[in-house]
Formats: sequence, structure tokens, C-alpha cells
Amino acid sequence: MKLRRSMLFVPGANAASLSTAFLFRPDAVMFDLEDAVSLREKDAARLLVFHTLQQPLYDGIERVVRINPLDTPFGRDDLEASVRGGADTIRLPKTDTPEQVQELEAAVEEIERDCGRAVGSTHLMAAIESASGVVNALAIAQASPRITGIALAGFDYVMDMQTERGDGTELFYARCAVLHAARAARIDAFDVVFSNLDDEEGFLKEVALIKKLGFNGKSLINPRQIELLHNAYAPTQEEVDYAKRVVAAAKKAEKQGLGVIALGGKMIDGPVVDNARRVLDKAAASGLRKE
Amino acid sequence: MELKQEALAGTLESSDLFIRVSPSEDPLEIAIESEVIHQFGEQIRATVEEVLAHLGVTRGVIVIQDKGALDCTIRARLQAAVMRAAGETKMDWEALK
Repeated sequence: MKLRRSMLFVPGANAASLSTAFLFRPDAVMFDLEDAVSLREKDAARLLVFHTLQQPLYDGIERVVRINPLDTPFGRDDLEASVRGGADTIRLPKTDTPEQVQELEAAVEEIERDCGRAVGSTHLMAAIESASGVVNALAIAQASPRITGIALAGFDYVMDMQTERGDGTELFYARCAVLHAARAARIDAFDVVFSNLDDEEGFLKEVALIKKLGFNGKSLINPRQIELLHNAYAPTQEEVDYAKRVVAAAKKAEKQGLGVIALGGKMIDGPVVDNARRVLDKAAASGLRKE
Repeated sequence: MELKQEALAGTLESSDLFIRVSPSEDPLEIAIESEVIHQFGEQIRATVEEVLAHLGVTRGVIVIQDKGALDCTIRARLQAAVMRAAGETKMDWEALK
């Protein structure tokens, strides 16, 4: 089971971060060529990311590159560096429409053909950062078979909504809309970054909320948050024990040719069995939660 | 690629390197200062010479202050410095590999 709980931002112009971020073992790294890079360092960052992608340092970690939008002077060159460098996934910022995804897909395919990379091997991810993007979330999520996830980006979104970050009320509709779009399209969904690095309690409260809603994980800006996030997403011993009992009951019912699964005198539906299997897969991939 | 003006790339932070390239009429002159010169000096020089050869740089002065950068960082920073010095913005990705 491929886990996509943590996606760690790594500034593309920062050589030290690019050389060491793999040590923190996030599920994915996101080399950032957009907001984290000043205009005069765009060229150097692009080259740093291009060469870092070709190193074995990040084996086993999904390598995502956030490019500049394609309607800027930097977007196309960022894409060339990323696809030719071997990025697993391209993250498109400020995605408002499905047409932007289709434009990206066409450009990626052109580069794949030109550099001899297998067509279709570069995945896409759309970041939704505006009211338009939220309204179009389902169309965006279904815009290309290459899309493996959509991410909500909180800062630009709340600016567009003429509000500010607070207790999460301001993100409630956007989170639900993006998540529903992702689930309907059968792709992953990522929540916003939590920027107050000193507020561990607040971070864990937000993680509990987005996990409960159903997000696969979060974008992160600090490696310290990775372990906290992974632990919060790990199943508890109690959950695993129950899941084992559910799966065992399902197997028993199947063996006996029974259409109805019973556990402790209660009937169990098929989706509960599916969820139990997911819990066991997660536990195998991530280990148990440390209390 | 011809170096037309002085250019800089990189930083003096740990795991990075700072590069200054300058045009010259004379053949290449490469000066490398590194905290790990005894262990990796030859390897760093080999990487620098390989990158310059790929980019077709045959004249100029290259001054490098290395702070323990990985090979991939050396390549990226040197390519950025050379392209800036040559006034080149179009990337030849095959030559940059």
C-alpha cells in the first residue's frame, strides 16, 4: 500500500535542503520552484532540482516538483527540468480550470516523447488555491488520467475568499469540496500546510480533523511535523485487533458460503470489511500508533 | 559556450558551494578551495572539468569555494554560473545531464 500522508516542501534553490530532506523520510518531497524561489534564482533552482532528481538519494520517496504556472516565463522551463530529470509527479499551482491540467498534460507528453521517457510515466497533481478552483474541483480532478491527487492550498484560497486563516471554519467548504472531488475521481487529497511551527497541539488538532474528514495527508513545511503526522495516521492496536476480527469473520462466512457476515452477534456490511482490510494494510505499511 | 561577463552562483552555506566565473583570453584556469579537498579534491576537479567540457567552455577563470556540496550540487551551480556568464537562457538539456 502506497502511503501519501506527508508531502514535505523543499525550497528548490536551497542546496542544503535538497541534499538532506530525504533523511526525514516523508512519503513525498515537493521540490518547490515557485514561491520559495526568488526571481533571480529561478535558473539555478531549476538546475539544482534537475540534478537532484537524478540522484538515488530519494529512492522510495515520491518526488514531486511544484513548477511555476505555465503562463509565466518560468513554467515551461521548470517542466522541462522536472520531466527530463525524472520527477514522479508535477504539481501545478493555482489550478482554476480543467483546461490548465489538459495544457499541462500536453506539454508533459511532448517532453516525454522528446527525451525518450515512457509516455504517461509522469503523474500530475493540481493545487487548488482559489474559489474558482474549488468550484471546478471535480472537473479538475477528472481532467487527466495522469492526475493522482489534488491539494488544497490555504493561503491563496483564504485571500481569494477575502478572509484569513483561523480555526478552520474558513476552510470548511473548500476542504469538503476538494475531498469529495478527489474521492469521486478515485484520486488522493492533500490538506493545507500548518504554518505555526511552535503550535504542536494545534497541528495535531488539525491533523485529527483532516484525517476524520478523509484526507490522505497534508503538505508540510517543516520536517518536525512528519513524525507527528505519520503517528497520528497510524492505526491503533485496538483498531488493528478489531480489523483482524472483522476480516476473520468475513473469511469464515465465505468458507461457509454464508451471505451474511456476523461478529459478536452483529451483522457486518461489505464496506466495513473493506475498511478493515485497509486498516490492516495501513498498519503493515506504517506500523502502529505510539500513544 | 563563451564566457562574456563575470557571473556568480551558489552560496557559502554548508552543503553548497560558491562559484565565480570570469572571461579570459587564456586557457581555463580552475581554482578550488574546499573543506574536504584532501578526500574529494580530485573528484571535485574531475566533475568541474567534465561540466565545462560538456558546455564547451575552453577559456576563462573558474574560482570555487566548496562547503561540502554533493556532486549534483556542483554540477548545477557550475552550469548556472556558466550560463549566466555566457548570457545564455535557453537550456540544452542533453549537455546539462
